[in-house]
Amino acid sequence: MENNKKLVINPKWCKGCGICAEFCPKDVLKIVHNKVQIVNDEACIKCGLCELRCPDYAIYIEKEGE
Amino acid sequence: MPSKLIEKTMRVNRLPHIWCPGCGHGILMRDVAQAIENCGLDPDKVVIVSGIGCSSRAAGYMNYNTLHTTHGRAIAFATGVKLANPELNVIVITGDGDATAIGGNHLIHACRRNIDLTVIVFNNNIYGMTGGQYSPTTPHGEKGTTAPYGNIDYNFDIPQLAQAAGATFTGRCTAYHAQQAIKLIEAGIKHHGFSLIEGLSVCPTYYGRKNKKGDSVKMLSWQKDNAVDVKAAAKMTPEQLEGKILIGELSRVDNKEEYTDMYMKIIEKVGGDK
Ligand SMILES: Cc1ncc(C[n+]2csc(CCOP(=O)(O)OP(=O)(O)O)c2C)c(N)n1
Ligand code: SF4
Ligand SMILES: [Mg+2]
Repeated sequence: MENNKKLVINPKWCKGCGICAEFCPKDVLKIVHNKVQIVNDEACIKCGLCELRCPDYAIYIEKEGE
Repeated sequence: MPSKLIEKTMRVNRLPHIWCPGCGHGILMRDVAQAIENCGLDPDKVVIVSGIGCSSRAAGYMNYNTLHTTHGRAIAFATGVKLANPELNVIVITGDGDATAIGGNHLIHACRRNIDLTVIVFNNNIYGMTGGQYSPTTPHGEKGTTAPYGNIDYNFDIPQLAQAAGATFTGRCTAYHAQQAIKLIEAGIKHHGFSLIEGLSVCPTYYGRKNKKGDSVKMLSWQKDNAVDVKAAAKMTPEQLEGKILIGELSRVDNKEEYTDMYMKIIEKVGGDK
């Protein structure tokens, strides 16, 4: 899947609300000890819905070369 | 390291912000930043004006010219900024309390003038900052710390209020529907005249807890299940629309002259040397 894109987490800004994990269409994310973790990276389609809905800007898609 | 968008549009050294876990305001603030970027505006020509409230804290985080003013007066300050320098893109970020309770008078008169401001109301149906008092948008029957037995006031519909007062662009979006929200805010910014956009936020801490709406995920799920785009709604029956909330561009008038344009014409005509 779109291998020039990478899913990035900034745990320092994550408040563990769980929005990203709940609405991820591919169940890629999980809240562990109040922080988001990538538990199924293979399944990620890099749709960026987590980035759009994260109230804390703690998860996003990074494009290579940017 | 934050994303490129956040790095460019936010004062990263002020982040993480103070909003509660799951507060919808963070999602809507990102939507505003993305919309400004999509419009390709010169950041030096963008002014963000806010009042007081959790929502109004946005002005402190956004990396543009910003004014964090007094409670209810954001639109009054913004009117001054716009009149002094009409080439600026003036965007107001305000709350339901800030815009429609203490600031309600400023809101309707700015609508009436059709001054080219884009006002985005982060509506969480409550006074978040001060501990959950009911606001003019707390739905009838719902609870707040000042309405422990249920609110007997009937709530405002903010876009309808603005439209009736003369706003030439009104719309509604939700924190859940971020993509659509960005497009709507973009259209509001591009509109030459007064634009009012209601951004339905969620306050899990006060509104959610007081009214047993569950956590932020539950409250956003409600938006997902109950918001209907106006275009889709046009094909639905009144029964199907029962209890639903309309999102998208709700009203628009393109042939009404804008306030600062008319004001500048007068200056040109009678102002003499500047
Ligand atoms: C003149 C004045 N009156 C009252 C207050 C107290 N006050 C601060 S924020 C607020 C309400 C904010 O509600 P809203 O605009 O909906 O913002 P939210 O916190 O919900 O995002 C009030 C009443 C104040 N700061 N100034
Ligand atoms: S009190 Fe409500 S509106 Fe204020 S930051 Fe917390 S969740 Fe957001
Ligand atoms: Mg509020």
